[in-house]
Amino acid sequence: MSKSTARQYPAWVPYFFLLPFLSVFLVFIAYPMLLSATMAFQQNAGPGVSEPVGLKNFTWMLKDPAFWTAVKNTTIFAAASVFIQLPASLGLALLLNSERIKARGLWRMIFFAPVLVGLPFVAVLAGLIFEKNTGLLNVTLHWLFGFDVEFPWMQEFVMPALIVAAFWMYVGFNMIYFLAALQNVNKDLLEAAQVDGANAWQRFRNVTIPAIKPVAAFVILLSLIGSFQLFELPYLMLNETAGPENRGLTLVVYLYQQGFDRGDLGYASAVGWVLAIVLFGFAIIQRMTSKTSEADA
Amino acid sequence: MSTHSTPSSKRPDATMMIVYLLLVVFAAITLVPFVYLIFSAFKSQDTFFSFVLWPTDGAWYQVDWDGFTISHWKTLFLEAGILRATVNSFFISSITAILATLFSAMGGYALAKYRFTGRAIVTWVVLGSLAIPFALLIAPGYQLLYWLGLLDTYTGLILPGVAPAFGVYLFRQAFISSLPDALIEAARIDGCSDVRIFFQIALPMVRPMVGAFLLITYLATWNNFISPQIVIQSADKLPLSVFVAQLRTPYGTQYGLIMAGTLVAIAPVLILFLLLQRDFIAGLTAGAVKG
Repeated sequence: MSKSTARQYPAWVPYFFLLPFLSVFLVFIAYPMLLSATMAFQQNAGPGVSEPVGLKNFTWMLKDPAFWTAVKNTTIFAAASVFIQLPASLGLALLLNSERIKARGLWRMIFFAPVLVGLPFVAVLAGLIFEKNTGLLNVTLHWLFGFDVEFPWMQEFVMPALIVAAFWMYVGFNMIYFLAALQNVNKDLLEAAQVDGANAWQRFRNVTIPAIKPVAAFVILLSLIGSFQLFELPYLMLNETAGPENRGLTLVVYLYQQGFDRGDLGYASAVGWVLAIVLFGFAIIQRMTSKTSEADA
Repeated sequence: MSTHSTPSSKRPDATMMIVYLLLVVFAAITLVPFVYLIFSAFKSQDTFFSFVLWPTDGAWYQVDWDGFTISHWKTLFLEAGILRATVNSFFISSITAILATLFSAMGGYALAKYRFTGRAIVTWVVLGSLAIPFALLIAPGYQLLYWLGLLDTYTGLILPGVAPAFGVYLFRQAFISSLPDALIEAARIDGCSDVRIFFQIALPMVRPMVGAFLLITYLATWNNFISPQIVIQSADKLPLSVFVAQLRTPYGTQYGLIMAGTLVAIAPVLILFLLLQRDFIAGLTAGAVKG
């Protein structure tokens, strides 16, 4: 800045604007984060009683079969989000991207609507839809294909039920990201490839995919972060339990049970850190891969 | 097969038929649960078990109007106290959305338009804290609210959410891209104070972001379950998310009642969506990187 445009405002002005954010951030985000680093090494009986236990929370966690069930279920759910739901979102976006489709805004609105219902309400609704004998799903499938109306989703096939419910809720939401990404695809390049005899798959693989890659990487990361923190859907679909034989136990349901049903906030903090480290790992991998792909281009 | 002279000629209509068929099937799967929800909210327990959608006397078009009931709505509003929960949800969501938007805009404005000691650190903190998962803050957040005596208060529920780093980041980007420095300088030369510049010149320039962020935070708060589940203990302070989930216990599994409660909870959001469709879609995907 030159002298003629020297500061024309009091020095406190930027700090004044930042004050609400910084004070709330320090007290309710930064401090709890540091606090959880100490709490992870203590055992609690409710918020008022605690004693230091060293690394015991972590060694116990590694020996607890319920923890590993939670890891397995959470991983299955995340894998389904990335490998089933996101490709379906991309597929829907490709269908809607064609200029020959009539009323694209209306279709987009319909597919987007479920996300507005919100996780707790989707969970409550899904809990009823997946019930055997009376639930909408089994009754409809029975009527259409003669499917077994007593198929026990909520008793034995909890993860598939969760995956279907999440699919219903998020497939149209993620479609919006892909629709935006498809605007970056170079239409002239697509036409040129067609003239040169590239088939639909080759055009998709070599023109469309590279163009949507940055958005796809971002959506995959968001999807992983959301999946690994899955809580409301299983917790409420299963009437505030982890389901029979922990079939609907996810990492955050495990954290919640330990921290609030058993009252061990220290142990819950340790679970929180394990989860956070996994998520930091995903973020770092995403950064590294998006850097290398930029270097390739 | 297309000829070389017309490489982009229209594909056979059969392709379009398949595309429309897929879209119709997808749309049906998307919409049927809504239809189910609406019908179920007006059916007695007996009708609920006998008919998936509407009750009939034989063929599907012979609707049995006597199978419908408004008893669940009476229970919800007269006995269960859903009106109170709805008011709570409106109150908590409005206050959170307004404060979070204001504080985010103020913070983002400072980072975008001022040079001051500590700016680099604060910017780094904002970016870094985008990576903090909510799950990490659940247990220590509860411990802190306990120490502060804020459990079972609206302050304890609202305050931690009014300064989202995500919002500061979005507003910083918005101010950098759509507010020219010259406008601020000109206003200063005219003797306008910086606080007035922020409210009367800067904020109106990023009005789309203000609208989008209000919507995101409003919706996120309305649909938040875990925070009120942990923080609030008194039944009369509960928002709809926890209230509707709790409808299952005291009344047994009253399907119609749960459905009616869910309908009350999602109707305001869906109506708002129908009115402000474009803003919603833009708002909810506002952190998307543009290629």
